[in-house]
Amino acid sequence: MDTESNYSGYSYYSGRSRGSHRHRERSRDRHKPRGKDSRSEKSVTINAAPAEPLLDDSAPGEQVQDDNWGETTTAVTGTSEHSLSQEDVVRITKDLEDSVGLDCRRYLTLTLAVVLGLLVFLTPLAFLVLPHLLWPEKLRICGTACEGLFISVAFKLLILLLAVWALFFRPPRAGLPRVFVFRALLAVLVLLFVLSYWLFYGVRILDSQDEDYQGIVQYAVSLVDALLFIHYLAIVLLELRQLRPCFSVCVTRSTDGETRHYNLGQLSIQRAALAILERYYCDFPVHNPALLSASKSRAAKHLAGLKVYNVDGPGNNAAAAGLAHSQSRAMIAAAARRRDTSHNELYYEEAEHERRVRKRKARLVVAVEEAFTHIKRMQEEEQKKAPGDVMDPREAAQAIFPSMARALQKYLRTTKQQHCHSMESIQQHLAFCISSSLTPKAFLESYLSSGPTLQYSRDHWLARRWTLVSEAPVTSGLKDATVFLLRGGDFSLVATSRKIPYIQMSEEYVDPKSHKFVLRLQSETSV
Amino acid sequence: MFHVPGVPLTAVVEQVEIKKLHCGDNMILGFSIGGGIDQDPVQNPFSEDKNDKGIYVTRLTAEGPAEKAGLRMGDKIMQANGWDMTMVKHDCARKILTKKKEDVVRLLVTRKSLEEAVKHSMGKCGPWQQKDTTYNDVMQ
Repeated sequence: MDTESNYSGYSYYSGRSRGSHRHRERSRDRHKPRGKDSRSEKSVTINAAPAEPLLDDSAPGEQVQDDNWGETTTAVTGTSEHSLSQEDVVRITKDLEDSVGLDCRRYLTLTLAVVLGLLVFLTPLAFLVLPHLLWPEKLRICGTACEGLFISVAFKLLILLLAVWALFFRPPRAGLPRVFVFRALLAVLVLLFVLSYWLFYGVRILDSQDEDYQGIVQYAVSLVDALLFIHYLAIVLLELRQLRPCFSVCVTRSTDGETRHYNLGQLSIQRAALAILERYYCDFPVHNPALLSASKSRAAKHLAGLKVYNVDGPGNNAAAAGLAHSQSRAMIAAAARRRDTSHNELYYEEAEHERRVRKRKARLVVAVEEAFTHIKRMQEEEQKKAPGDVMDPREAAQAIFPSMARALQKYLRTTKQQHCHSMESIQQHLAFCISSSLTPKAFLESYLSSGPTLQYSRDHWLARRWTLVSEAPVTSGLKDATVFLLRGGDFSLVATSRKIPYIQMSEEYVDPKSHKFVLRLQSETSV
Repeated sequence: MFHVPGVPLTAVVEQVEIKKLHCGDNMILGFSIGGGIDQDPVQNPFSEDKNDKGIYVTRLTAEGPAEKAGLRMGDKIMQANGWDMTMVKHDCARKILTKKKEDVVRLLVTRKSLEEAVKHSMGKCGPWQQKDTTYNDVMQ
């Protein structure tokens, strides 16, 4: 069953959300550039129809990843770094009803949550107060026992309040496509529970106007106790169940093959996808599309080398489809047969590039080391003696930056990283290094190797809206060999899960005295 | 040449008579032995079967009495002066060979080439022209 859940673009808050928070985000998003329309529309159309037959032979489905897809989209809009605003997404979708339904759904879940919370909190208080209001003269006054129970009810309610806030009402970290199944189930359970208590209360106490106040107070206390136990169940289901690792998920980035393996517990597919994305931002090196241009140009050269001429003349559509297929076969066969020297070119090109990078790096290291020698940290006493010509870290950075700027820029250009670092960010980093007394080598480290995506500026977070593509429903749990795709920006992450096997262990007792050894000799004696 | 308990051991042996040479105070034979039931048979480079714990000739002094008598490196010593050498400790073997009272040591040695030589000659001349005695050893 193919379920493409595209709803994530509308950033669902599963169950609970902050109304004001959302409004603020909306108004902020309105000012963002709207360049993504055509890109998303293009993405929809490309998904529907396969691209050139050479690259995409399979039936169209969500798993199709066209090689040139990223290339086309970035070429068309050039604004793939900015995140999509909610307005754009809502406009793009053909289904207007859905957009209206979304808002209703979000508000509905929020109001339900608040109503349930109030009901749960006020029910024990109501149980305690109603007898005093309705039949005060018939009630038997109970002394210290009741007071003790009042105190316990008060504290348990306070703890329950804090605990519910901690578990359910904190601001959500992300918006998931489908509702959070466990939370919904727990809400239903709590509702049924409270309603059944009200039912019993109504029938046994209100109708008969029971005089035993202590019994009523104990009834209220039992309700609060049971609610605390349900909260304990909620903790186990929502927090503890996913802590023990059960699956090993292998995540691969589609463009450059970066792979990481993560250990996850028992989670639904959407929560597993969320966990993987959070770790993606922390672990994977930043996605640099400039590094992929070389392989694309090689692929283009392969195709451009052969021309296919149709000798038989134009036929009808059915023949043309078969012709296209045989054309591609012929091209592949011809390409395999001709003697290709592109591997040679690749080898020498790579060697040359390596050499160039090393030369630039050497120049850069020397320039930076020299620049750093011009700066010296002043001690406290010296500061008082020579007040003139004293600089703070920012000014010091600006002073020595010009001497290393050229070498750094050349190096970044050679390693195709120049768009990751702006002048401003470099100067900021330099000021930071100077004030923390870092060595030139420490300053250079962030430019010599690419760090995780989070370390770069917000532009390079690229897609903060991700699409989860999966064949199984996203609220079902992770199983062995579950595959799902996370599409964001111009690349996607493919995740495959493997179950950690059941381990059967047996024991063997080893007596410490059983460790005995013999000497194995081979002596030679002359006679 | 490997002894399996309960199975008679058959080997073609050659008799080698070595006269001890007086060298100063002691009498030497001019070769070195290795092996024995208290040694590690796996490290023996001359044995065919690496479980064979017999006594082997591991070194031969050039132009010594042993070499002159016809002993070769890698020979397995089956008997020395009537004493069995297939199931002895290394030190016992040494003692048997270096008895001060004996001047001459008569060894029965076996090597792989002997077996082939016998087969070859049996094929040519017939069974009654064997040059060497067949050593039959039945071990319990």
